[in-house]
Parts: sequence; structure tokens; C-alpha cells
Amino acid sequence: MGFLDIKSVTKSYGPVEVLHRVDISAEEGEFLVLVGPSGCGKSTLLNMIAGLEEITTGEIAIKGQTMNGVHPSKRNIAMVFQSYALYPNMTVGQNITFGLEMHGVPKPEREKAMSDVASLLQIEQLLDRKPGHLSGGQRQRVAMGRALVRNPDVFLFDEPLSNLDAKLRVDMRTEIKKLHQKLGTTIVYVTHDQIEAMTLSTRIAVMNGGYVQQLGTPKEIYDDPANVFVASFMGSPSMNLIPARVVDQNGEPHAKIRLEGGKTAQLRFSDPGLAAHSGREVLLGIRPEAITDPEGADRKSGNIQTLHNVVDVTEPAGSDTFVTTTISGKTCIARMRADTDVRAGAEVAFAVNMDKAVVFDPETEKRL
Amino acid sequence: MAAATQDSAVRTGRVTRMLIYLVLLLFALFYMLPLYVMLVNSVKPLDEITGGGMMSLPAQWTLEPWLKAWSTAQIGVQPTGLRPYFWNSISMVVPAVAISTVLGALNGYVLTKWRFRGDTILFGLMLFACFIPFQIVLIPMAAVLGTLGLAGSTAGLVLVHVVYGVGFTTLYFRNYYAVFPTELVRAAQIDGAGFFQIFWRILLPSSGPIAVVSVIWQFTNIWNDFLFGASFASGDGAPMTVALNNLVQSSTGVKEYNVHFAGAILAALPTLLVYIVAGRYFVRGLMAGSVKG
Ligand SMILES: Nc1ncnc2c1ncn2[C@@H]1O[C@H](COP(=O)(O)OP(=O)(O)OP(=O)(O)O)[C@@H](O)[C@H]1O
Ligand SMILES: [Mg+2]
Repeated sequence: MGFLDIKSVTKSYGPVEVLHRVDISAEEGEFLVLVGPSGCGKSTLLNMIAGLEEITTGEIAIKGQTMNGVHPSKRNIAMVFQSYALYPNMTVGQNITFGLEMHGVPKPEREKAMSDVASLLQIEQLLDRKPGHLSGGQRQRVAMGRALVRNPDVFLFDEPLSNLDAKLRVDMRTEIKKLHQKLGTTIVYVTHDQIEAMTLSTRIAVMNGGYVQQLGTPKEIYDDPANVFVASFMGSPSMNLIPARVVDQNGEPHAKIRLEGGKTAQLRFSDPGLAAHSGREVLLGIRPEAITDPEGADRKSGNIQTLHNVVDVTEPAGSDTFVTTTISGKTCIARMRADTDVRAGAEVAFAVNMDKAVVFDPETEKRL
Repeated sequence: MAAATQDSAVRTGRVTRMLIYLVLLLFALFYMLPLYVMLVNSVKPLDEITGGGMMSLPAQWTLEPWLKAWSTAQIGVQPTGLRPYFWNSISMVVPAVAISTVLGALNGYVLTKWRFRGDTILFGLMLFACFIPFQIVLIPMAAVLGTLGLAGSTAGLVLVHVVYGVGFTTLYFRNYYAVFPTELVRAAQIDGAGFFQIFWRILLPSSGPIAVVSVIWQFTNIWNDFLFGASFASGDGAPMTVALNNLVQSSTGVKEYNVHFAGAILAALPTLLVYIVAGRYFVRGLMAGSVKG
């Protein structure tokens, strides 16, 4: 039993079930990110934790106490909304203290809590302004201040950064992370941005179509995706998924792939257990950064396999150059050093880090 | 809108524009004519009017007709002028407008932020109330007022106008609150505000523009109502409109047109005043900035 327990929770709107038996448990102080494409049920789940949506079946508990039927204001949670939801008729100060006022906290204490939060978030100079006269980033801060001042057990964030411009988003991301490290409060954070999920979280729940596809640390999610959806949703550019056949050579399993000009290549798997699938068609998953130029290959890897293939396109991105090539009829992206001398149309060497390769069943799309 | 008018204004020639303004001016004058006639004749002695000078300015200015209309004209049995009926109207209009506006706001709040099964049907039925002609409800309403013991009283008239107006005010507030961000209500719920606190502290302070619309609409309708007033209020309890009618229709002696004109203006004054005072709050966007753009 954790600090926040979501046990077999489902949600239906009329006959339509939008969340199917979700089981998530978070420890105290965890930064849990719910990530997934639009409409997968992230907000619905978060709203159920907040008590804003009823739970159809199952149970949600905080600190071992069931929250089913408990009013949102009695759950000791605080929420930051996507639209910030600042009360337009109140000043920033009143916005921040409104919750305390509703909970009957005496005025001097409210003032103290407000000035503490204001100095933590550096919004002291904004306290007398109305939300209409703030910039997006300032509103974001005020919305966080309103949540912080309650000193809740759990913070709930629903896409809090999606309305900021790219630069500010990165800044605020760092700030939220710092805040979490400083306060150590449990956070549930909804986003559809996989980079936000990776950078902020201690654990990620990847959701799709109302199912939790995988729950794990960012590293587990990234390196050990449970299925094709998780593999391709997390990471940018997304993982290369190459049709391949598992073949046995000298008693070791290899991935047999087709290259340009009718050639084939065989890449030895690092995991000898894959020999069990010998003869089978699979999807070979390799992230772009695991396909490099030979000089840029990971020295710590114990299994770098090299293949030669024709380059389709090169895309210099400043820090790296993305190189596109066709393997087994699929477009693959390799991530090479910025100064590699690679031209479109030339045949070059690609170093594949097979330690990082994962294999999926093409039918079920599950990990093998 | 503004861009379009400007655009066409640029392309239209100078002469055409002058012509348009001229026509508009003529229309404006034409529409102002009745008010002019009323004003001018209300400050003339009666013989100037009967002498045939309807359009001319008074040769002799006098406030006598106004004073007479207000305090001494014969209406009903007593020569009381319109004054007591004016207060009748005020004591009917103020509570009726206030109650129907508050009820409309509450209905709009519930229908948009506390949705329940069948809420759209309920709203549809309330909308229906806006389209029922007055005449249809006269007899049932009289029966209801009789049962409640409110027949012929100002309280009864207030009830009638509230019932009749609540459909409109609900429509206004529901449409206004429908675009009011629900996240604000949810945030307030998490903050621990209850049903009425959310209404009072979050929604109402942002409802200025629609409240003004509702008040103006209700005020003019209730103040100008004749049918309900004539049907449900008797004698001394009659509202201004009924009293004005009695004043004009009184068949004893000569028709004092100047007094009638003054009385008519007195009866119209409050609605004019409401427009002048509140009209400019009509389009004020109080919601700016609640949701970031
Ligand atoms: N009131 C409702 N009635 C019926 N279906 C609903 C209702 N609210 C949400 N849904 C459905 O539930 C599903 C999940 O919605 P939800 O808002 O949780 O998605 P989300 O993951 O937050 O997406 P986004 O990233 O776009 O915010 C969607 O398919 C949506 O259509
Ligand atoms: Mg959402």
C-alpha cells in the first residue's frame, strides 16, 4: 500500500467506459507523471483523484484512507489547472488565500502563509494585481502559489505548462522540478509531452485508450518499453521499428534485416534468450541514438554491430545530425555527431548498439 | 465589423456619404418628432394646443401641466395625480426585477455548473415560458392569485412578473454562464467553497454585464406592462401605466392634452433613465484575463 493508491479504478460515461481498471500506487514524495495522447483519459483520472469526477468502480485512497465520496476540499489535495483558473475578480493575494479563507484559517495566518508562498515563488510584487493584468508565466506562478499555500498531501497538475511558449515552458519545468525537490510533496502531473514526462518524473504511467500501458521509472519506460505504443510514444525522434527475422547463427540469435540493393545484414542480439524465438518475424526496436557513426558509438556497450547502407537524407540539427536510411523497407533515423561527414546517396557505416535493442511481436505489439 | 464599415466608407464617394448622412438625419428627426410634440405641448397652456399650434413652441411657458399630472389630476375617485400610482409601480418593479434577476442567475448557475439529468429539458420548458402570450395565462393566474390571497395586491403583481420574467432571466444567465470557465468552479470547489459561496464570490462578481441586461430588460417590461396591471391590480393599487390610461380616458370635462402629455412623459421617464444610466455598462467585458488566451 502506497501513499496514493488507485485500485482497479474504472470510469464510464453512460455506457462508454473511458478508463479501464487502472492500478497505480505512488509512494510519498513521488513525482508521478500521467502521459499519453489526447483523449486517453489522463485528465479524467486526475479529476477522479481530485474528487471532481465520480469513480465508477474501484477505489482511490490517500494515506490509506479511501477517498471515494469525499468532497474535493476535504481530500487535502491542491490542483493546478491547464487554464490556471484564477478568479478574475480577485487580486493575486486574494486568489492565493481564498482556499485558506474557505477553510476558516484566521486572517493573520493567511497573510503569513501568503507572504511565505509569494517569496518562494517570487511574486511579491504582483500580490495586488488582478489576474487579467499578468503575463502567462506570472499566472502560472500564481496558480502554483494557490496550490502551495494549502500545504496539501498531494499536488495535482493538469498540463500546467501547455499554454506557455517554448522557452518559458522549459524554465517553468525546471522550476517545478526544483520545487518538488525542495518540498518533497507527492505530485501527480498530467502531460501529453513525453519530454516533460521524462525530465520531471520519478515514475511515469504511459496511458493510451483508457489503459495504463506501462508504469515505471523514466529509465524503465525509455529503455524497456512494454509494447510498441510505449516505445514509439516516448522519445523524440521516436524509436525505429524495423521488421526483422530472428535467425540462429553459431548458436547465437541474430536479427536478419534487409538493406538497400537486395543485401541483408545480421545483427547479433545481446540477449541470448531470444534464441527461443528463432525463425520468427519480429519488430526490432532501436532508438535513433543507438544507431551512430562508428566513431560516435557508445564505448561502454558490449555489442556494437556495424552495417553499411545508403543514406537517404541528412538533417543537421546543430548538436547532432539526423541521418535517414531505409532498412527492411522502413525509414530509420540514426543520430550521428554534428561533424560527421555524411552525404545523401553515399553508402556509410552505421554502428548499431545492440545492447539497447528491444524486440516486439508484430501481431500483439508486446515485448518479446 | 468596424473594419468593414470603414472599408466601405473609404470606397464611397463624398457626395454619396453626404446623402447617406442627410437621410439618416431625416430619419432621426422623424423618430424624435413624437418626443418633441410631447415635450413642447406639455409646457403649454391648453388653449395654445386647442388653438391649433401642435408643432409650434409655446408662446407662454408653464410647468402647470406637469404639476397637475403629478399631484392633482383626477384619476379614479380622488384628485391625486399620478404620484401614488408612480410609487405603486416602483414598489412593484423593484422587487419584481430584483427577485427575477436573482432567480435567473441562480437558475443559470445550476443549469450550467451543476448539471443534472434532465437539465436541458427543464431549460427548454423554461424557455417555453418566454413564448407564452400574456393573454393565455390571465385567467389561470387570476385563480392562482385568488387562492394565494394575493388578488389585487402589489405582492400579487410582483409574483406574476417574477413568474413571467424568470424564463427570460434564466435564458440570459444560462447563456452567459455556459461560457464561464468551469475550471474556475472546480478550483473553488477544491478551495472549499460551497454552492452559494461559489455563486456569490466567483460567479456573481463577473456577472455585471449580463445582470445589467437582465435588469434593463425586466425593468422596461414590467414598468411598461399594462395588461397584468389592469387585470390584477384594482383602483388605488394600479400601476403607473393603468393610471395614465385612466387619466387620458377620463371622460369628465375637457381633455387636458397638456396634462396628458406631461403624464405620459412621467410614465416613460424611469425606463429612459435606466437606459441612460445602465446602458453603457452593457458591453463591459469583465471576464478579461480569467482564462489565459
Ligand atoms: N463528460 C463526458 N462525457 C462523455 N465522455 C467524456 C466526458 N469527459 C470526457 N470524456 C471522454 O473521456 C475520454 C478521456 O478524456 P480526458 O479529458 O480524460 O482526456 P485527456 O487524456 O485529458 O486528453 P487531453 O490531453 O486532450 O486533455 C475522452 O475520450 C473524452 O471524449
Ligand atoms: Mg486533459
